[in-house]
Amino acid sequence: MWNGSPRSVTSHETVAYENSFLVAGKTFKNAGKVSRQIKTLLQKMKFPKEVVRRAAIVTYEAEINICSYAERGRIVLRVKPKEISIEATDEGQGIADIELAMKEGYSTATPRIVHMGFGAGMGLANIKRFSDVFRITSEVGKGTHLEMIIHV
Amino acid sequence: MTLREVKEILEAEVFVGHDQLDMEVKTAFGADLMSDVLAFAKAGSLLLTGLTNPQVVRTSDVLDIAAIIIVRGKRPLIETILLAEELKIPLLGTRYILFETAGRLYKHGIVGCVERVAEKRDLS
Repeated sequence: MWNGSPRSVTSHETVAYENSFLVAGKTFKNAGKVSRQIKTLLQKMKFPKEVVRRAAIVTYEAEINICSYAERGRIVLRVKPKEISIEATDEGQGIADIELAMKEGYSTATPRIVHMGFGAGMGLANIKRFSDVFRITSEVGKGTHLEMIIHV
Repeated sequence: MTLREVKEILEAEVFVGHDQLDMEVKTAFGADLMSDVLAFAKAGSLLLTGLTNPQVVRTSDVLDIAAIIIVRGKRPLIETILLAEELKIPLLGTRYILFETAGRLYKHGIVGCVERVAEKRDLS
């Protein structure tokens, strides 16, 4: 078990498994499919149920964000001996005020997103809640980058 | 109680999962907002919802929800039924409104998967 201050996400610790998945933006047609693929992989790797569930939740929230707001995105799963890392990078509008976007209840969702059951301003807060380490960077007009780590 | 008993109490129609009615359920969560379901629902719970699109199934799959009950007599979309079949998540429908659905289940011993949320959730 690792404890201490958050280490760099880009640590060169051995990556036992890595896979990258493309996510289509601005459509809900396949929203959640990548999360299911990642969940299946982690289940096959026999991680504890709660670890798999948390990884699936943060991946799904990130995927829903890409489907909601971005033009396109990519989710990268990296499995290391002591952690599962999930990185979501998108090309899109970006987030002007990250602190505000992290607040529960703050949302810029369109009616289409709300119609699908999302856009309540819970996504980023949820990702933070279920990750052990969460980092977010964004550039308006370019895109957003999320890094989520679950310790195992 | 079993999902079969849930079905009887709610006079529910089974869209998916005829072969899974013997599963045991003890808790439930009710919401139309998937964002809230993601924040609060616990694994193994029933999801009571009025939302009928495939994201209900996707969200349930991510959270290890035991079964989905669509309330207010709404019919799930075809793609919702197909996805529930693919992911083997029981999908039922009842004509009771959300409040009645929850009340009837509670009366028979099903409780909330969380009683109430924490007073102050510190996310910083």
